[in-house]
Amino acid sequence: MRWSKLLTMAAIILVIAALGITAAVPLPIFKDVTWLPWGKDIILGLDLQGGVHVVLEAKDTPNAEVNDESMKRAQAVLERRINETGVAEPVIQRQGDRRIIVELAGIDDPEKAVIDLIQPAYLEFKNELGQTIITGADLKDALEARDPNTGQVEVDLTFTSEGTRKFAQATMANVDKPIGIYLDEQLLQNPVVSEPITNGQARITGYENLEEAHTIAILLRSGALPVQLDVMEKRTVGPQLGKDSLDRSINAGIVGIVAILVFMLVYYRIPGLIADLALIFYALVVLAIFIGIHATMTLPGIAGFLLSLGIAVDANVIIFERIKEELRTGKSIRSAIDSGFKRGFVAVFDANVTTLIGAAVLYFFGTSLIRGFAVTLSIGILVSMFTAITMTRWMLHLAAASNSVKDPRYYGA
Amino acid sequence: MFNFMKHRKIWYIISLLIILPGLFSIATRGFNLGIDFTGGNLVEVRLEQDVKIDQVRSVVEELGFAAARNIQKSGTNDYMIRTRELTEEESATLISTLEQKVGEVNLLRNDRVGPVIGRELTMNAIWALLIAAALMIVYMTFRFEFKQGVAAVTGLLHDVLVVLGIFSILQIEVDSAFVAAILTIVGYSINNTIVIFDRVRENLRTRKKGEALEDLVNVSLWQTMARSINTVVAVLFVLLALYLLGGTTIKNFVLALIIGVTSGFYSSMLTASPLWVELRLMEKKTGK
Repeated sequence: MRWSKLLTMAAIILVIAALGITAAVPLPIFKDVTWLPWGKDIILGLDLQGGVHVVLEAKDTPNAEVNDESMKRAQAVLERRINETGVAEPVIQRQGDRRIIVELAGIDDPEKAVIDLIQPAYLEFKNELGQTIITGADLKDALEARDPNTGQVEVDLTFTSEGTRKFAQATMANVDKPIGIYLDEQLLQNPVVSEPITNGQARITGYENLEEAHTIAILLRSGALPVQLDVMEKRTVGPQLGKDSLDRSINAGIVGIVAILVFMLVYYRIPGLIADLALIFYALVVLAIFIGIHATMTLPGIAGFLLSLGIAVDANVIIFERIKEELRTGKSIRSAIDSGFKRGFVAVFDANVTTLIGAAVLYFFGTSLIRGFAVTLSIGILVSMFTAITMTRWMLHLAAASNSVKDPRYYGA
Repeated sequence: MFNFMKHRKIWYIISLLIILPGLFSIATRGFNLGIDFTGGNLVEVRLEQDVKIDQVRSVVEELGFAAARNIQKSGTNDYMIRTRELTEEESATLISTLEQKVGEVNLLRNDRVGPVIGRELTMNAIWALLIAAALMIVYMTFRFEFKQGVAAVTGLLHDVLVVLGIFSILQIEVDSAFVAAILTIVGYSINNTIVIFDRVRENLRTRKKGEALEDLVNVSLWQTMARSINTVVAVLFVLLALYLLGGTTIKNFVLALIIGVTSGFYSSMLTASPLWVELRLMEKKTGK
């Protein structure tokens, strides 16, 4: 019995167990330590906190042709509109020639967000003859407000200097005649000009509430979409379902992991214990990497992570079975560990590389959610190969060197 | 020690008994395609009040949004409503009409997929499968031999057909997550086969003169047996937990994985390995 080795072993068990617990459960004594548990730092995908994934496609219209320039402008308009709403970490991506992918996570009303996003919001002032006097392009600012006297909700418009000039001219030429305010070709208001307006200020009224005016103001501020965008694909997840999915996956994950840990311990005993420690260590490393690279955790991502746990177990199982075989041929525990590792790892390596090939193809062809699966699976495979050769091997040697267990039977042989 | 290789015809027959009805079902009935392939809307709502399914159905039908497929109850008061593809305005109309007719509605999800996406998804999936298979054969030719690559890929084709067949026979809905499941099964199946072939590769180096190839493979299978079983058990633990406790959105995905992993366990030992022996023996006969 070598006590120093045994103590090292005990220390490792304690450290890993402590890390595992602090990473998973919020402890009452560390209430004020904000980075505990680690899980809090993982960015949740829109399927886990509610949100929306939309694929928009631009359509050619008589007024606007789709080209690279108009797509860039459309993307910029979408970005401005989203930024105005204050959504954290939106994804706005070009896909191919005429598609834009938008992902918004953590919003309360994903349905409304989509409708607001793709509204054309083309503002025009037209004279009696239907001629356009001023467009949204001449607009400097648009703000919702409530008239302090009447309580009426309105949107106050401020024109650019060019717009101010045009508006002044138009109101001068149209005294006692109506000027129509059109939003997306829809008449909002048709006020009659009583006197020329030269200060570049105008207002639109006729909204039901401040919120509606706010939405319109955002749309006007962020400009008109240069092309018509149609929804090709939309996936919205309500906050309720997101929470349900998250809770359930965590439960399923805990049950699955505990089942594996117990199984390994019962079946492989000493190496099983070591495998369990290596597995917890593995899970912590993977979690740390997810946090480090700011990976977004999605439902398929969790599935990929859990599957990679199975693969990590496999690496240990292959090696342990080898060690058992080597022990049966009469080798000492320590040399059995060495040759078992050497032989087992070839199989682990080849098997994992082919799975990685599959994951890479999945990443290349998959949509965003499937990509999450491929990424977590790949990270899991790479880390499991690493922990299997470092952690498991080191601990097995430590256990052997401590001489605490001499009987090969405790190694499953 | 039971000789797996001696009875290899039995394993082929068992495989065919599962795959052929599946192929027949695929040819005659096809798949229960989800909106990812057909296009349309899938609206899942949680209703505050206890509502009969017919009430929900009549709302959808009155609006003229109904698709060929019906409305399903998925939880205590959760309903999955499948409709034709709805514009954003129509979606909003559906929700507000439901609120008027059956009380408060909590929108759980609303997926809208245009018909073009389905075609692209199918094409992408087929390409992905072909490219993955080709790359795997290349890797295996490099690390093992071409014939083992072919046998391994045949084994994974077996697993894909088993899963496709069972999903067609049981008419379980197929969506984009199913495609991911198929590709995962491909990865798992080949993983399993490679561990066995690795042992075969090693045993070939110390092969005694006159030892039949069948026997060598059979010994290799037994040597890797404990590992094969333990790994499958570990993965199934996780998958069963996900299936029983996980959310409804990934149920079919996990079910496909459970079938595929089980089939992968079978095919690695009883399809890919015997097939490789078959290929090797053919080579002897033709004298190549």
